[in-house]
Amino acid sequence: MAEATLRVFRGESNSGRTVDYRVPVAPGMVVLDALHYIQGHLAPDLAVRWNCKAGKCGSCSAEVNGRPRLTCKTRMDDLPQDQPIIVLPMKSFPRIKDLVTDVSWNYRVNRKIPPFEPRKGVEWKISQLDVDRVQEFRKCIECFLCQDVCHVLREHDKKEQFAGPRFFVRVAGLEMHPLDGRNRAGLLKDQLGLGLCNITKCCTEVCPEEIRITDNAIIPLKERVVDEFYDPLTMLFRIFRGQKQGV
Amino acid sequence: MTTSYETREHDVLIIGAGGAGLRAALEALAQGASVGVVCKSLLGKAHTVMAEGGIAAAMANVDAADNWKAHFRDTMRGGKLLNNWRMAQLHAQEAPDRVRELEQWGALFDRTDDGNILQRAFGGHTFKRLCHVGDRTGLEMIRTLQDRGVQQGIDVYMECTVTRILTDGGRVTGAFAYWRETGRFIVFKAKSIVIATGGIGKAWRITSNSWEYTGDGMALAHEAGAELMDMEFVQFHPTGMVWPPGVQGILVTEAVRGEGGILRNKAGERFMEKYDSKRMELSTRDVVARSIYMEVKEGRGTEHGGAYLDISHKPAEYVKKKLPSMYHQFKELADVDITKGPMEVGPTCHYMMGGIRVDAETAQSTLPGLFAAGEAAAGLHGSNRLGGNSLSDLLVFGRRAGLAAAEHAKHASTPSIDNAQIDQAEKELLAPFSNRGTESPYAVHRDLQEVMQNLVGIFRTQEDLKKALAELEKLKTRAAKASVEGSRLFNPGWHLSYDLKAMLVVSEAVTLSALARTESRGAHSRIDYPNVDPVWEKKNNIIVREDGEMKRRESPVGEMPTDLKQILAQD
Repeated sequence: MAEATLRVFRGESNSGRTVDYRVPVAPGMVVLDALHYIQGHLAPDLAVRWNCKAGKCGSCSAEVNGRPRLTCKTRMDDLPQDQPIIVLPMKSFPRIKDLVTDVSWNYRVNRKIPPFEPRKGVEWKISQLDVDRVQEFRKCIECFLCQDVCHVLREHDKKEQFAGPRFFVRVAGLEMHPLDGRNRAGLLKDQLGLGLCNITKCCTEVCPEEIRITDNAIIPLKERVVDEFYDPLTMLFRIFRGQKQGV
Repeated sequence: MTTSYETREHDVLIIGAGGAGLRAALEALAQGASVGVVCKSLLGKAHTVMAEGGIAAAMANVDAADNWKAHFRDTMRGGKLLNNWRMAQLHAQEAPDRVRELEQWGALFDRTDDGNILQRAFGGHTFKRLCHVGDRTGLEMIRTLQDRGVQQGIDVYMECTVTRILTDGGRVTGAFAYWRETGRFIVFKAKSIVIATGGIGKAWRITSNSWEYTGDGMALAHEAGAELMDMEFVQFHPTGMVWPPGVQGILVTEAVRGEGGILRNKAGERFMEKYDSKRMELSTRDVVARSIYMEVKEGRGTEHGGAYLDISHKPAEYVKKKLPSMYHQFKELADVDITKGPMEVGPTCHYMMGGIRVDAETAQSTLPGLFAAGEAAAGLHGSNRLGGNSLSDLLVFGRRAGLAAAEHAKHASTPSIDNAQIDQAEKELLAPFSNRGTESPYAVHRDLQEVMQNLVGIFRTQEDLKKALAELEKLKTRAAKASVEGSRLFNPGWHLSYDLKAMLVVSEAVTLSALARTESRGAHSRIDYPNVDPVWEKKNNIIVREDGEMKRRESPVGEMPTDLKQILAQD
């Protein structure tokens, strides 16, 4: 049977190095299968997060040959086998051990976002066309690969100011829900740091669910924020009517 | 014991954060209880996320003739009358409200032309009843519940595994657990505990279940003294992937057949004609699974030992829209384009009808203060579950369990923790670090999976089941000697050595019950007893713990009231 070398990061929060492992390669094998082989035969305490092995739960996020991927959906035969396949943990999150990182910051950000609230007395009829738009956002499996790759978080570590692509997708799903009555534009501008996104689109490239994050979620949200806070005519009307912004 | 642990206190502790666990948490919170949810994986990643088919509810949005009575009838017939009839009734009656509630909380289902929730056909359901979102309804459900739960204020303890329920004189007082990240211990004091830990598929080699499904909750309940029921009824879903080897068992949703997919054997025959000519591909799962198994056994299987499931006769855009994750799954993992050609599928261990025995109204087990809901509980589905009835089960009985658990906590006295139980739990959990054996927990797990796959599968015999019991004894001894190296910091080998114990407990319960039931009913098929037996129609197998050992008893099925009998008798 053919063999490949996996070069896997072993280590804890402050220290570590990569270790090479030889694994047999079966037809259709994915990187997660190789990691399981290592656990079962070579390194029983190799820390790997995984659950469904079918690309649906978003648990097995890692960086394979420099690219954020789900290891259960990364085919070994898609990778060059004549060199070591490098498997590292997600860079943007603090390391716990080996390939497991601390993603709890994401759950804290989620709490800042006001949930769905239907408009009072709204008739509960929704068309498939309206639903299609929001369903794209709700496909998100919270794999956090988009958060991992975004330079605002990855290189500049702006976790206090910037919610990241995943949460712009979430807010888009709420703002574009046909029955939702809240306005989250102020939140996007001030607490979630939407303005820090400069449309680099790496998030869209790595999304395993192929959600068009930048084009369908972030840009429309930016347009709403601009309409509300930066449109001179709107600002004038507000002054005349004595209305408050962002309510 | 000098090892320190942290302590947390809640009125209601919920073990498991899938659909049932989260729904229970929301209800308990709404009743004013302080709620803690413990889960082995990250929040939002429980096995519920894999559910693809839909939520069965008699809303009559597509088939106006549908009503709860028809749903009740379909459920009872699917379960071959072994179901807890009261659970089946409550489930059929309450499911529509639970679905509407989910939409109030932000879920967005596919629509009918007049703007209501769309419902589709599914195996064993007389009317189009499954509310769905493409083929990712489970994700929609868990996301909605988790977001609401977090906003409403439940405390979630993620990546934390409970290894023991603490008791005091016949009532629950709390739970002992460890953090998967650090390996440190945590003790929960609680007046009520809800077990919502799902099923047991990881004890079989070919399964659709995810890593978490090691039967923890059932083992915890059993060791604490609660009764288990119907453990012999393990559902093998007819359509799991069969090739390549790494994806064997991964689910191919019944929705493929619900949207018009057709099953064919090697010769191109639509073989369901032979096994159920009335319902064909939409027959109940046990029938379809056995049919595929027989076709393969008799030499008409595909290249990799399955059947062909074909939906390429439908327009490609329709397939990509309604079944997007199936399209991607086959394209990326098997190099098959389902809009152009057939899929290879075969039976896979999928769902556990049996579990913790509960009261229909309150979801309380036979141990006061211990409740169970979802796949971990028994009774609703009888000997075979219909597709779509699990997601509705989670909502209906998750809510009931949360409600009753909160109510129970209001009247319960403050629990006192028994340190001796904690010491013992610590000792057992840490044993693998000091065992100086050569057993690897991974090797024992692999061997367990072979035993269950080969000897306690779709078709069972007395000889195989007795052999399985003997093998399980040997595996128990090996598991007790399993040793691990390294530290307690996120050590999966160490985690597995506990999970193994849970899997062995439930495997033994399944095998004992399967050996006793000398008939074939629903998902349980005995080659040596191929017919239904009217005597066994009236009995459930119960598993108890007596004198430190697992024992089996029988219990009569409750008598159905006349009005429900009449509903059942209709066409």
